[in-house]
Amino acid sequence: MERGGLHRFGARALHVSVLGFFVVALGFPFFWMLIAAFKQNIDLYTVENNPFLFNLPPTFEHIRFLFVETRFMRWLGNTALVGFLVVAITLVLAVPAAYALARLAGRWGERLGIAIFLTYLIPPTLLFIPLSRVVALLGLQDSIFSVVLVYPSMTIPFSIWLLMGFFKSIPKELEDAAMVDGLTRFGAFFRMVVPISVSGILTVVIFSFTLVTQEFVYALTFISPERNQMIGVGIPIYLVRGDVYYWGSLMAACLIASLPIAVVYNLFLDRFIAGFTVGSVK
Amino acid sequence: MAVVETRNLTKVFKEGELGAVNDVSLATEEGEFLVFLGPSGSGKTTLLRMIAGLETPTSGEILIGGQLVNHLSPRERRIAMVFQSYALYPHLTVYKNIAFPLKAQKVPKEKHDAKVQWAAGLLGIGRLLDRKPRELSGGERQRVALARAIVREPAVFLLDEPLSNLDAKLRASAREELEQFQARVGTTTIYVTHDQVEAMAMGDRVVVMEKGKVRQIGTPADVYDEPADTFVATFLGSPPMNLVSAGGTITGFRPEHFLPARAAAIPDSVPMRLAFSHEEYLGAERILYGTLADGSCAGAKVVSRIASTHAGVFAKDTTYDFAVEKRHLKLFDEATGIRKR
Amino acid sequence: MSAGAKREERWLAPAMFLPAVFYILALVGVPLVLAVLYAFSDARIGGSGFHLVGLENFRSILQSPGFRKAIRNSIVFTLSAQVIVIVCSNILATALEEPFRGRGLVRFLILLPWVAPVSLGTIGWKWILDSIYSVITWVLVALHVYKPYSAPMWLGEPNLAMASVVLVHCWRLIPFSTVIMLAGRSAIPKEIPEAAAIDGAGFWRTLFQIKIPMMTPILSVAVLFGIIFTFTDMTVVYILTAGGPFDSTQTLPSLAFATGIAGSDLAAGAAISLFLVPVLIAVAYLMLRVAHRSEVA
Repeated sequence: MERGGLHRFGARALHVSVLGFFVVALGFPFFWMLIAAFKQNIDLYTVENNPFLFNLPPTFEHIRFLFVETRFMRWLGNTALVGFLVVAITLVLAVPAAYALARLAGRWGERLGIAIFLTYLIPPTLLFIPLSRVVALLGLQDSIFSVVLVYPSMTIPFSIWLLMGFFKSIPKELEDAAMVDGLTRFGAFFRMVVPISVSGILTVVIFSFTLVTQEFVYALTFISPERNQMIGVGIPIYLVRGDVYYWGSLMAACLIASLPIAVVYNLFLDRFIAGFTVGSVK
Repeated sequence: MAVVETRNLTKVFKEGELGAVNDVSLATEEGEFLVFLGPSGSGKTTLLRMIAGLETPTSGEILIGGQLVNHLSPRERRIAMVFQSYALYPHLTVYKNIAFPLKAQKVPKEKHDAKVQWAAGLLGIGRLLDRKPRELSGGERQRVALARAIVREPAVFLLDEPLSNLDAKLRASAREELEQFQARVGTTTIYVTHDQVEAMAMGDRVVVMEKGKVRQIGTPADVYDEPADTFVATFLGSPPMNLVSAGGTITGFRPEHFLPARAAAIPDSVPMRLAFSHEEYLGAERILYGTLADGSCAGAKVVSRIASTHAGVFAKDTTYDFAVEKRHLKLFDEATGIRKR
Repeated sequence: MSAGAKREERWLAPAMFLPAVFYILALVGVPLVLAVLYAFSDARIGGSGFHLVGLENFRSILQSPGFRKAIRNSIVFTLSAQVIVIVCSNILATALEEPFRGRGLVRFLILLPWVAPVSLGTIGWKWILDSIYSVITWVLVALHVYKPYSAPMWLGEPNLAMASVVLVHCWRLIPFSTVIMLAGRSAIPKEIPEAAAIDGAGFWRTLFQIKIPMMTPILSVAVLFGIIFTFTDMTVVYILTAGGPFDSTQTLPSLAFATGIAGSDLAAGAAISLFLVPVLIAVAYLMLRVAHRSEVA
């Protein structure tokens, strides 16, 4: 469609300014983290200095401090371990459940699937108080296994929902053909459906892992000792001595912990959105 | 003055590749029902969309009502279009769907109701005005799409395969309704389809297209009885025209003209012998398959089409005497496919 | 299918989904029931007693001004954040709809607030809004809007602190909403805006009268999830302001945490957190309605 030249220029300028505004507004804190992570403390804490410039040469001191003199590495390790275990538990429970509900349980299964999805709407801030007592009762207080136990209750509902939609899109004929060829129903599921569902399963893996890294409330409630803490809680809570915030190291830690997760999540974003919306807008 | 005219219209999507539409020049006649016919990829839809203003031509000119419209947006071209999916606004009632163009063109509100009622009356959908599109059947949706198109009293209707989403049974009655509608309203109409039966039944003239080029423009009789090349000859008619090549020339004859010789003395005919292979009984007619038995074209596969009232019985691998009237033989140049007159 | 196979299937389905169902029941259903029980009790951390005390907890928290402020904050923060998010994400989705060079990179940058862990993004903002070293303060002083050392304390004054909490929530949600909107837009068949163009609709009319109404189901999903994320969040408040200054930014969840865990009063904490339930039920109901309606379409 043709438009007047000036009109087109104006529309373009508007387009660019809108995008520019949002990119700056949304991305600025991370840019700021980057700068603070490498600024010398004297520079950082002198009010008169222009904060956008490196008035003194950049330094690696904050990063060194972070890795050597704090428990940052340990928190990374804890989070990775918990992530791995939670993903395993989620897969073992959610994948068969999603298949059974999508294929085997008929309309009944549909309803149960919706009910399970709705439990995802029950927030940690409602359950954390009674769960803290349950965790204490089981002797898991202060241990990383407290969250290993509890996190799947958050990852499983959404994963089932995601996978149900995914399994439904696989043509039934595939499994029928496998069963005609001699496999049992479970065999068809395990040997046929699972291998071709790799992308859906991968999405569940990424989703569960990122949920572990993002979670705050349960980790804060169940785990007190610093050395057992997760990344999401350790950084904002323990990189503080008394009332003093180690902003340089803090910002470095935020950046290091956020970016890899962001990159991975970004790759799988379209699938998550499909998971959020497929259920509601078939 | 032609309502729609294109001059040397070309559309190239990718540099260096063959254009989707190549150097097409045509002009509609006032009030006619013009059909763009061709297989998929022939460029007929792209041509229609350029006329509508939804695609910009790479080169060439488009005129509507004598006015150059290349630089005009669709809404400035006084056209109306019915899409394959009808593109009815799902969240609006039928009434609001029909009224939408009036709203968009800032027609004064007082005039809306009269116009919507007139359009709805023309298509017999007055009782559907409060429904939403999802509550309507395929045929009803077509009528709503037409009402929405006509309410603005455009200079040209553009229709993009509107019948292909209907099931076969519905298609015949919907087709009839469309023809009657166009005859009643008299607006120049351009209709795109890949179905040659539709094209023959509905069109005043047919534009046969292949790979972006116009092969022939003519009345249904023109393109059927006097095809301009082998593509047109085989695209129209089902089963397609028999083409037999010998010595640089292709001889073509339609199955319904390839008849058993003993069916009364056919004057001025060329005898041919058919080695019969198998037949299909279609109720009103019978299709006979086989090969030519002798001459320079022996072994060429041919098809004959006879009425079921013809009682003859044919046995496999037996040769029979057939014939074609000389006037029904069409000759084509083998290298170019173009008709030799 | 043979009789044996049919029999196998009869117990196979439950065998496959019951473990997950039990897990969820045990770790979601049971705590939910316990939450209700605690709310009607006098449980404390470290305390040994557990007696049902009827509506005592509810009576005392309903009378406390801190609680009433927390409810008001929860509602105000959630609604204002949602309004801002809807407007901004629609604008942003419109800008991102057509492909352009660098769109992938722009999308990545825009998504960062959502994909980065909540606590880390929030602490980044805490640095930006720091009372002394805030970059916003520096810029405003440099532009002579304020004299040095006289700029407001962004997290230290109640109204500004509340605005900051809303700001961080919007910052987190706009990417999420935008991506959902984009998905909604791409679900609109291409022919509909074309038909609108032929009918004479310009850019704005097509946007407001055709595209946005057609996206209502997805829009609703985005809004409902957004409401849940804001209303039930305690992380942003905890890290940014710890509920201060003077409890002016306390919300239901953060108050529940402060009372129940930090304050060791499990019963009161549970009672406070139960006030989340009505909103959750309303949201769940609306979501089911949206799903049902669009299925009919």
